[in-house]
Amino acid sequence: MNNDVLITVSDLVKTFPMGKREFTALKNINLKFNAGEFTGVVGPSGSGKTTLLNIVGSLDVPTQGEAIVLGEPIGDLTLKKAANLRNKYLGFIFQTYNLLPVYTVYENVELPLLLLKMPAEKRKKAVLQSLEWVGLLDKITSRPPQLSGGECQRVSIARAMVKSPKIVLADEPTANLDAKNSHNILQTMEKLNRELGTTFIFATHDEKVIQYLRRKISLDDGQIVSDETIKGK
Amino acid sequence: MLALKLAYRNLMGAKLRTWLNVFVLSLAFVVIIWHKGVLNGWDEQARRDTIEWEIGGGQYWQENYDPYDPFTLEDSHSPMSGLTESAVTDGKITPILISHGTIYPDGRIQNILIKGIDPEQKIIKLPSSYLKTDNQDEIPAMIGKRNAKNNKLKIGDYVTIRWRDANGTFDATEVKIVHIFKTNVPTLDVGVLWIPLQIHQEMMHLEGESTILVTDQNTGFDGSIVGWIFKDHYILLTEIREMIEMKSIGGYLFFIILMSLAMLAIFDTQVLSIFRRQKEIGTHIALGMTQRQVITLFTIEGAIHSVLAAVLAAIYGFPLLAYQASVGWSMPTGADDFGMTIAETIYPAYSIALVFGTTLIVLVTTTIVSYLPARRISKMKPTDAIRGKIQ
Repeated sequence: MNNDVLITVSDLVKTFPMGKREFTALKNINLKFNAGEFTGVVGPSGSGKTTLLNIVGSLDVPTQGEAIVLGEPIGDLTLKKAANLRNKYLGFIFQTYNLLPVYTVYENVELPLLLLKMPAEKRKKAVLQSLEWVGLLDKITSRPPQLSGGECQRVSIARAMVKSPKIVLADEPTANLDAKNSHNILQTMEKLNRELGTTFIFATHDEKVIQYLRRKISLDDGQIVSDETIKGK
Repeated sequence: MLALKLAYRNLMGAKLRTWLNVFVLSLAFVVIIWHKGVLNGWDEQARRDTIEWEIGGGQYWQENYDPYDPFTLEDSHSPMSGLTESAVTDGKITPILISHGTIYPDGRIQNILIKGIDPEQKIIKLPSSYLKTDNQDEIPAMIGKRNAKNNKLKIGDYVTIRWRDANGTFDATEVKIVHIFKTNVPTLDVGVLWIPLQIHQEMMHLEGESTILVTDQNTGFDGSIVGWIFKDHYILLTEIREMIEMKSIGGYLFFIILMSLAMLAIFDTQVLSIFRRQKEIGTHIALGMTQRQVITLFTIEGAIHSVLAAVLAAIYGFPLLAYQASVGWSMPTGADDFGMTIAETIYPAYSIALVFGTTLIVLVTTTIVSYLPARRISKMKPTDAIRGKIQ
């Protein structure tokens, strides 16, 4: 495993307004994520997993403390710089896949590369490569409504991986899948992590995901309860 | 360019929803251009007919003449100068003498304007040659179709006319209707009786005098005549211009209503899109777009509707409008009874400026209407949008 620190979270606090009161979703979180990790942030619903992933993914900002991702302090980034960070270095996998229904599989996977303004030839090669990783080369002209849940999530993985990001953030990626598809997806992601060295960070409470993790960070009520490296993986 | 590509892809993916909006908008295009084309055609035809039939290259009015004040007619006549007479001989000017009179068709009394015109004139299209006669015993007269209809007169009828000459003496005689002409210019027709100029001058004891001098539009007459005021096309076509302007205002209202319907469809689609596609908006942001870029994407999507509508309108609109322009649009019977210069069939006139102007207006309006709801995206929290939370 590469020990380069990609993400540093220090004294992170995140609060949300709830009517006249405030709800604290994260309380003094301190964490570091290294390159090549296959890590899960686990905990029950409302424990702050997604909020942490959102901040690390520059989709949200800390209320207090800081999160430094690839050398960029998330709280200080302009909208444009945050978008640039996501565009170049971060991949996202969502529980509900978030594929664009009117696009074909190919077009969905191609989208991040269009945003990167990659030349057409290079783009095509990368999209086909990515679809090959997830075993969906035979579905490139299909549209999401024509695919199964497992296939949709594989397209989502291909879309996250197509630009060879440094970090992939996966929020409950197996929550909508059956056991067989969940294992299939997780094996695909584990393979990509090992072969490409991409850092995967999951937010999950799914036991099937936890089996695959090499590091497990447990959150409860916005606080870190444990941070353990799982040996033998 | 990227936004354009993605917007086009999104629209094509939306299939029927897109094409319904595009079709509605294309209807607006075609109807707006058609309506404006009809007005343009009417304007052109009314100007052309009025110039050819009535005003020629412009008119000299005797300085007292005011067509809107009937009491000025008694004093609105002057003899022609030597210069004017030679212009008449050269065919550059034709004089018309105007006086008040009454006719008694079927025992009824009707006020009319008696207009004397040279039967030999070729300056205006009025068929004055029908007034040529060798018969000294009867006075030939001609009237327009509307006048004939109103007074139940036909060719060959005799009708009594009464007038007051320059000395204030009332006199009466019978005239024979030798021709009933058809014109699109109602001011030559309604309430007007045309007789030969020389006879009219004798009746009025105004030998060699006239009220207006109509100049030829090709050879023209250049110069000022003492005691006469020149009225150019701009002045003489004022009524037509104002009428078309009035019609244009109605046209603009029609335009606004049509555009509002089309824009409502676009606005509604945009609002619905932004509501329904929150996850997509969040996903775009997660993939590296800024809110501003997503707003641009949605705005362009809306604007492309108008581009596609223009293409669709061109596909079915061009043949349709071209056909209409060739066969014309028949006016309802009696449309000319309102005193408007209007032909039985109007041939719409379309110009490149009209087509491009309309396209530009629709494009700009659609873009604005698409942008307004899209602004809401800037207020969306990406984290909520990704989950499709109702905002």
